[in-house]
Amino acid sequence: MSTNDAFIKINDVSKHFGQVVAVDNIAITIKRGEFFSLLGASGCGKTTLLRMLAGFESPTSGEIYIDDAPMSEMPPHHRPTNMVFQNYAIFPHLDVRSNIAFGLRADRLGKAEAKQRVAEVLELVKLHGFGDRRSTELSGSQRQRVALARALIKRPKVLLLDEPLGALDKKLREEMQIELRALQQSLGTTFVFVTHDQEEAMSLSDRIAVMSKGRVLQIGSPKVLYDRPASVEVADFIGQMNFLEAQVFDVRDGQVMLDAAGLGKVSIPASAAIDQKGMKIIVAIRPEKLTISAKRPNNDRSAVQGVLKAAAYLGGRSHYHLSLDGTDKLIAVEAQEMDTALSEYLEPGAVVWLSWADDALIVLPHD
Amino acid sequence: MKSMSYIDRPNRPLHIYALLYLAFLYIPVLFLPVFSFNDSVFIAFPLQGFTTKWYVELFNNEPMFAALMNSIKVGGATSILATILGIFGAKAVTRYRMPGKAPAVFVIMLPLVIPGIILGVALLIVVSRIGITLSLYTVALGHILISVPFAMATLIPRFEGFDRSMEEAAADLGDNAWWTFRRVTFPMVFPGVLASLLLCFTISFDEFIMAFFLAGTEPTLPIFIYGQLRFPVKLPGVLALGAIILMVSFVVVFFSQWLRRRGIEHTSSSGL
Repeated sequence: MSTNDAFIKINDVSKHFGQVVAVDNIAITIKRGEFFSLLGASGCGKTTLLRMLAGFESPTSGEIYIDDAPMSEMPPHHRPTNMVFQNYAIFPHLDVRSNIAFGLRADRLGKAEAKQRVAEVLELVKLHGFGDRRSTELSGSQRQRVALARALIKRPKVLLLDEPLGALDKKLREEMQIELRALQQSLGTTFVFVTHDQEEAMSLSDRIAVMSKGRVLQIGSPKVLYDRPASVEVADFIGQMNFLEAQVFDVRDGQVMLDAAGLGKVSIPASAAIDQKGMKIIVAIRPEKLTISAKRPNNDRSAVQGVLKAAAYLGGRSHYHLSLDGTDKLIAVEAQEMDTALSEYLEPGAVVWLSWADDALIVLPHD
Repeated sequence: MKSMSYIDRPNRPLHIYALLYLAFLYIPVLFLPVFSFNDSVFIAFPLQGFTTKWYVELFNNEPMFAALMNSIKVGGATSILATILGIFGAKAVTRYRMPGKAPAVFVIMLPLVIPGIILGVALLIVVSRIGITLSLYTVALGHILISVPFAMATLIPRFEGFDRSMEEAAADLGDNAWWTFRRVTFPMVFPGVLASLLLCFTISFDEFIMAFFLAGTEPTLPIFIYGQLRFPVKLPGVLALGAIILMVSFVVVFFSQWLRRRGIEHTSSSGL
């Protein structure tokens, strides 16, 4: 038996289509029962990787193990995986019930048990009473549920999902996200989910692999990716981020002194990655970690003055853009609430104070 | 001012043109049933009175019946075999990446533009050189050759028209290549298969030139009818047969159109 920590092992897998390298030497291990997402822009190789898990493509090099069994010689119809396709691939010549029961032929179940299973999954995906519908008479989210039921009835070890929510509108998509997550937790099935939508990946996943150009940039929980991105690329992809050029000018007593464009001199805890004077790095900070106020805050936060360039009120929160001395870039600030003294002159051109806690600064290697 | 668009304005010359066109197309065909009930050996107006004797005679005309059965046999075999080959070809062309695909398709489609008389003579030479006796089998062989391009042309859009992920989904759900074909691919291309069967049957049924060269002692219907034209007395009987074939063709065409429409309703579900 495999250990639960390495239920799926993707061992140095590459996939070449002629001259094009779609997947470039990827290594990922996925735990049993995990909700794992492959996140990246289109063309990053995430779908190719998923299709290699399903068996529709075979790796040019490397091997995939699922529950310790090597997959490269195993055709799709023998794999312990099932897939929810991006366009759902509902069979138009079959009704909902026959679509869902499609995969049971290969499992050679008795009639009574097959019927029981269909009823179970119809209930599971909340399509009770839809069994006799023609598949052409379904709405987008109903088709999505049929695709899900059709895959889950096989009780796969791994469920593969290829952007299954992409075709739904925003509100429906958010509802389905909640349902999908609840479903995964109650079944305990390992889900591998492909998406280009970072919010969707963040809200659903236990862990995410951020991919770009056929490679994995970083693997981690949503919180790790958000709070401690490993590179500018990851930080830029996950949420909003301000990036500022910075240079190390002193290292002592476990502290690193930086001169960051716009923010001035700041000090952060030393790490292995930055240890020498003169090193050029990137300092990043999330918009919501920044505060603007009318007067200099009298706490221990670092602060600089800046000029307000633009303000947008979005209901529960507001977005501001400031220009600071020492950088051409505008700094984005997201505020949940604002000090009342400020609200009187929040107009472009106003001079305000920008403050932050130094430990909110993220240090990233210069590209 | 009348708010009638340019396109909706009545256009008398166009109406007359359309009427003439339809008349030219169908009036000769209508003479067939009309004269098949005419009580005279001569195909001429005025009509001589109503009779069904040509139909009665037809049913007693054993050589004609034999020719009809020959044509049905050849047409049936041609349509089934050409459609099976067409399915293989269409699936290969639309589903697989392979070297030399474009030239292969070109060669398969070539009989569409090669004159039948050339193909007929060429096949006759080959068949007699090899030493095969001419028979209905050789006629069917020739008809399959000219029908496969039509079968493929009918089936390729069907294969292209449905999403590849359907077949992947079947494989994913545990079906090997055979079961995937049987449970997904074939049902989804089925309207195209029916259309191909009908089309290939029709092509074979009224094909003359190839059959003329390749038939042995057993004539197909077109050859038999051609032979009958030498005997004026036999002509009304031919007209009666023509009228029956016309009726059957109409029924078949309507049926196939109905099937096609049903097929489209069934499969046009890719959008939401």
